[in-house]
Amino acid sequence: MLCQRCQQRDSTVHFTKILNGNKSEIHLCETCARENGELMMKTGEHFSFQNLLSGLLGFEQLGSQSQAVGGGRSASSRCTTCGLSYQEFADHGRFGCADCYQSFGTRLEPLLRRIHGGATTHTGKVPHRTGGIIRQRKEIESLRQELQQMIQLEHFEEAALLRDRIRELEQKTGAGGM
Amino acid sequence: MSIKDYVQDNSCWMSDEGPHSDIVISTRIRLARNLVDHPFPMLASDQEAEEIVQKVGAALAAEPFGKQEGDRFELIELDTITQLDLQTLEEKYLISSTLVEQADKGAVAIRADELVSIMINEEDHLRLQVLMPGLQLSEAWEMATRIDDQLEASLNYAFDERFGYLTACPTNVGTGIRASVMLHLPALVATGQINRVLSALGQVGLVVRGVHGEGTEAIGNLFQLSNQITLGQSEEEVIYSLETVAQKMIEHETQARQYLLQESREDIEDRIARSFGILAYARRLSAKETMQRLSDIRLGIDLGVIKGISKNILKELMVTTQPAFLQKKSGVALAPGEQDWRRAELVRERLRSGAGHI
Repeated sequence: MLCQRCQQRDSTVHFTKILNGNKSEIHLCETCARENGELMMKTGEHFSFQNLLSGLLGFEQLGSQSQAVGGGRSASSRCTTCGLSYQEFADHGRFGCADCYQSFGTRLEPLLRRIHGGATTHTGKVPHRTGGIIRQRKEIESLRQELQQMIQLEHFEEAALLRDRIRELEQKTGAGGM
Repeated sequence: MSIKDYVQDNSCWMSDEGPHSDIVISTRIRLARNLVDHPFPMLASDQEAEEIVQKVGAALAAEPFGKQEGDRFELIELDTITQLDLQTLEEKYLISSTLVEQADKGAVAIRADELVSIMINEEDHLRLQVLMPGLQLSEAWEMATRIDDQLEASLNYAFDERFGYLTACPTNVGTGIRASVMLHLPALVATGQINRVLSALGQVGLVVRGVHGEGTEAIGNLFQLSNQITLGQSEEEVIYSLETVAQKMIEHETQARQYLLQESREDIEDRIARSFGILAYARRLSAKETMQRLSDIRLGIDLGVIKGISKNILKELMVTTQPAFLQKKSGVALAPGEQDWRRAELVRERLRSGAGHI
């Protein structure tokens, strides 16, 4: 049977389309089916992680919109730097620039939590040059946790050493106290 | 070095073996990085994309690089090379299919030993990749983080205290790391244990997929195991858990191989010998059949059934029997049917040239 659309190639895609209750038999060749968007999925071609992600995002968005009814709309539906809208982000599953993370801010949290097993905060490597201060702050944070543990374990000598180290670092970063 | 060198010879990861090479084919670490004050590649104009290439090029020409001979990178702008060379780089895993699609804006910097490649303007501004033979996660991570530091000495990375390294896709944000190992698991597949083993992996934040083919239908019994989570876990934690799981998989596979030898030696020897015969004499081989048979050959070598052939035959032919490589070798464009013919020729040559026997 020839393809209904181009009338040139053999039809290889056969399906029944039901639109608003009207049933029709369709026979297309693969090329026409693809151009026509009828052939939705050839394994591995159109089904990508991106689609999956935007599905997830769409879901998140519904959630945040229903919240917005009560709490007023989020001001940042577009990134102030690159102009990407949240909807576009949801469609592509990709940010437009580094500032999108700030622009979309809290709306990203549920998504990140879902992707990264509940986590929303980075705990890994910090770049050496640009991240000098950040790195020290993170170090102070982990030393503080260690200090708490030592106090609980009543290892006061170690705790005193840790406290001194924390003070030293705090003076360096100019971030005294809490 | 020029583009010619990168599309001809075998890469180090293909020819060397590395630790646990009877089961682990290769280790890969990939870091995603972006520069501040530049739109991500998806939104970048041609000019903005070119600026990134220039900046990375300048960073690679700066002080820390090139001090030692082996540290030098060759920057290749992908719109200056042929489609065939582009495909060859992809077949060698030096660049990704995404970068091939964006070749007009993209570039790649390749280190002479081909263990390190830096893709520019892929999904992120930079994708630093280290590919090593065998199981070498710590080694690969050390190499990757060192080169990352050298780059950061002159490039301003987009980094946020809370979110970490900012990436185009939220699935990479944080460490930007994707660590993976390619495992050859013929005995777990043959004994039917594979699905049970694989289903346990999801629970520890790791994913596994077939290297060729979709989902868990792995052609050639090759599986890629990688981390999924990039936020809230340090790079060391990611590598540690991947290493631990890889060791477990090695253990299971080794046991399964012993089991096969004890319980169904004749069957497995017959299968290996048949594959040997087909690869040594067939006149036409599809890519899929080649991978399946090569898996048997590799298992045969590991089990001592086949003698006189080097183990790297799997890795080597896995790359060199792909379309672009075949075409390069024959010097003319090949129709798919001709490809199968040429592929058989190449495999035959390789298998019968040495002292390989059963």
